[in-house]
Amino acid sequence: MRAKHFAPPRVSVRFFQVWRRNFLVWRKLAIPSMLGNLADPTLYMLGLGYGLGSLLPQVNGTPYITFLAAGTVCYSTMNSATFEALYSAFSRMHVQKTWDAILNTPMNLDDIVLAESLWAASKSVLSGTAILVIIWVLGLSHSPLTLWIIPLTILIGLAFGSLGLIMTALAPSYDFFLYYFTLVVTPMVLLCGVFFPVTQLPPLLQQVSAVLPLTHAIELSRPLVNGRVPDGAWWHALVLAAYAAVGFYLALVLARRRLST
Amino acid sequence: MLSLRNVRKSYGGSEVVRGIDLELTGGECFGLLGPNGAGKTTTLRLALGLTDPDAGEIHLLGRPVPRNAREARLRVGVVPQSDNLDPDFTVFENLLVYGRYFGLNDRDISTRIPQLLEFAGLEARAGARIQTLSGGMKRRLSLARALVNDPDLIFLDEPTTGLDPQARHLIWDRLKRLLARGKTILLTTHFMDEAERLCHRLAVMDHGRLIAQGSPPELIERYIEPQVFEVYGDGADAWGREHGGALCERCEQTGETVFCYTRDGERVLATLDGRQDLRYLHRRANLEDVFLKLTGRDLRD
Repeated sequence: MRAKHFAPPRVSVRFFQVWRRNFLVWRKLAIPSMLGNLADPTLYMLGLGYGLGSLLPQVNGTPYITFLAAGTVCYSTMNSATFEALYSAFSRMHVQKTWDAILNTPMNLDDIVLAESLWAASKSVLSGTAILVIIWVLGLSHSPLTLWIIPLTILIGLAFGSLGLIMTALAPSYDFFLYYFTLVVTPMVLLCGVFFPVTQLPPLLQQVSAVLPLTHAIELSRPLVNGRVPDGAWWHALVLAAYAAVGFYLALVLARRRLST
Repeated sequence: MLSLRNVRKSYGGSEVVRGIDLELTGGECFGLLGPNGAGKTTTLRLALGLTDPDAGEIHLLGRPVPRNAREARLRVGVVPQSDNLDPDFTVFENLLVYGRYFGLNDRDISTRIPQLLEFAGLEARAGARIQTLSGGMKRRLSLARALVNDPDLIFLDEPTTGLDPQARHLIWDRLKRLLARGKTILLTTHFMDEAERLCHRLAVMDHGRLIAQGSPPELIERYIEPQVFEVYGDGADAWGREHGGALCERCEQTGETVFCYTRDGERVLATLDGRQDLRYLHRRANLEDVFLKLTGRDLRD
């Protein structure tokens, strides 16, 4: 690690062309890619929501499927950014050497990492918005406040895109990502209130949950789906933004270290 | 065009580039020769500002590198050692998307693409996917891609490694055309025929240092005796012991073959004629002889 790796980001407006490259590839496979992204969270939401939900009383005053839908928006958004920042970015960086090709142009690594982070967030917005549309179509929420979920998906996407890129900058191979899923993504899904209220957990686990970014995302989405303005909205948004900013910086430092040798 | 002054670079404690000086002038083809691991690719990366030197000064197209490398690379084209074309795109899209990285607008790139495809002999392949191209076609597309910004200086890292003779000749022909248009080329290679054919000037690099510089004929004249005998056959070993030291300025044995370097071919020929147990090749010394003399015959992998 050298001092130079810790320098502040230096990006040019050309970073947009890297984002655009990824968008162009995505556009070719947009429909299968969208279906793939949507099928899994939708099935979970409908299956558990109606199936399990029919056995449950209301949760905090709402039907279980509505409760679950607010969690699913965030969890699906997280997954989308995570897969993009791990597997797809790793392919471009390590397997296809697309990043190397780009670095021979007037582009630098800071541009690429920024573009990858924004691209992961863009895919998140798509997934999150698609779930939101399903929520509207099923009539699970009619509140105009749910429109705030769209900017929320951007924040979630930036946070998890950046965290994923940290792993990508460290990964020797695709297998490495299993650690991230086992140690980060799965706990996040089970401890942050996607399937049940965090308050059902033992106090120690609640404390863990309180520092995880997905908890803050769900603290925002759930009241919005229920038609209420979230308590401490700015605080939760700030935590997500901090995860995005610190995550991006760490990913950049690690990517610089990796690609400078 | 490009200058390096006393440039050094270490990776993890071992010094890969140990103080090299290099000066490229406009319109020339400069070859960087060296065995594997000599530091050629690192030198290119340093010149492009992709890795920072530990010491020394680098200027690329008049701009200090790495500080202003981004601006300098606007006027540079790079053909990397292994193809990194975008497998998700067609031939046409590869050129279009790459041009955008230089800040060119789509209309300007699109008007250039037919010329680039023609230059690369890929006119009929504009819509082809990368996976369907042969190795030679991919190399040519990499060359076309490096020209999308109409660069003044082109870096080629082992441009013909892994290609068949037809494909190599085609690449050489295209590089000569670029030189005729006044472009400057810096290429690395370990094919001596390639260097001899294309390069106005060469530098031989080994263990991170430039150990010789000059034009191909200069290097041959300076470092090696003009005539070479390659002697093989059952009696080669014995012939080498008997005559090698006496008749040749330098005599080396590799496996079954004795290499005899001399200024006086007549005397050597007299000892070879009529020998049934020997076969030999009598030729002029070439760049490969210089290279082997300077870098040794040991394997480098």
